[in-house]
Amino acid sequence: MEGALVTSDPADAPVSGALAPMFVHFALLSLMAIGGGVVMVAPDMQRYVVDAHHWISAEQFSAAFALAQAAPGPNFLYITLVGWEVAGFAGAAAATLAILGPPTALSIAMVRASSNRAPGPVARAVVKGLVPISVGLVFATGWILLRGSGSWDFRGATVALLAAAIILRTKINPVWVIAAGAAAGIAGFV
Amino acid sequence: MCEAHGHGSGPIEVVGVTPSWTSSPPRASIPGVPPKISPLVLFLAFSQMALSGFGGVMPFAYRALVERRHWLAREDFAKLLAVSQVMPGPTICNLSVMFGYRAAGIRGSLAALGGMVMLPMAIVLGLGVAWHEFGALPAVREALTGMSAAVAGLILATAMKMSRAVPPHVVPISLSAVAFVGVGLMRLPLIAVIAVVAPIGIFLAWREHW
Repeated sequence: MEGALVTSDPADAPVSGALAPMFVHFALLSLMAIGGGVVMVAPDMQRYVVDAHHWISAEQFSAAFALAQAAPGPNFLYITLVGWEVAGFAGAAAATLAILGPPTALSIAMVRASSNRAPGPVARAVVKGLVPISVGLVFATGWILLRGSGSWDFRGATVALLAAAIILRTKINPVWVIAAGAAAGIAGFV
Repeated sequence: MCEAHGHGSGPIEVVGVTPSWTSSPPRASIPGVPPKISPLVLFLAFSQMALSGFGGVMPFAYRALVERRHWLAREDFAKLLAVSQVMPGPTICNLSVMFGYRAAGIRGSLAALGGMVMLPMAIVLGLGVAWHEFGALPAVREALTGMSAAVAGLILATAMKMSRAVPPHVVPISLSAVAFVGVGLMRLPLIAVIAVVAPIGIFLAWREHW
């Protein structure tokens, strides 16, 4: 794993050749986000856009993820922002369509097939078998975000562990924890 | 009031139910009976949920759909959520699509999904543009570094919470460990890891190995 520090500004240097391959890869990933939402595909998305193609840097990826988490709305929006970082507004549109298109088509097919039924035994076995894998993948997401956060040292890890402990021990809204992280950054703790 | 149980063939065939976007507040929801709602009302309602959803939209969706608007009975929300989680993709978006479809067909699902997605997307892109505009300022850089570390912690906390649903048994723990090491440490493609680990996990779950 190399720490590529390619910085591309979507405003002036969109990676145009990236659109089609990014769309296909993200659409594939959308089908793999089962049992853990779309957070669990972040490590592979990062591997793809940072390590394999050098379209953006690991730091840009972590920043995009953090910005999206700080905003209201569904948590797939980091993918929109990653698409924007890679190829401007066309990239944002492509990434969003890729991550929403296949699941939306499947959801419509599902609701047409069975109007109001709870998952059956086969679906339950699928979920039961996939949930442990999802857990491992969400841990991997936390890990790669920490590695790429631009503060991969003792202090960055301390802030991350503190944030995790606060979320696990209290019922505070995560947005305040993110704000506290920003304050800690400005105050020079990270 | 309960005579219109059009159960069976089609997903939305409740006949003769007063549309709930008419002036009077919607009736208490009848389990199993999806209300009919206009795409515009769906779009606005889901936009509102999405914009309230700092740090996770699902609790706001529950509050709006079940408690405030009475569009769904509690048990129907639970069923819808379970199916949305089984489907691949963002859970809240799957839920929006399926609810919207039952309320107003294809147009309803697109309206609900559009409401869930469009305004938050504009906000996130605005943040991205602002970041590129002001990212050179030391304070902005430092704030974002701190935010990134905190968000990494939030995700680790999410993983810890999810792992509570997994019993402390050697099989599921091994599955988690293989996924973490393969994708997080060895940086193998997710497709390859899933292709190997998922069939094993599903088979062992089916045979009740934990």
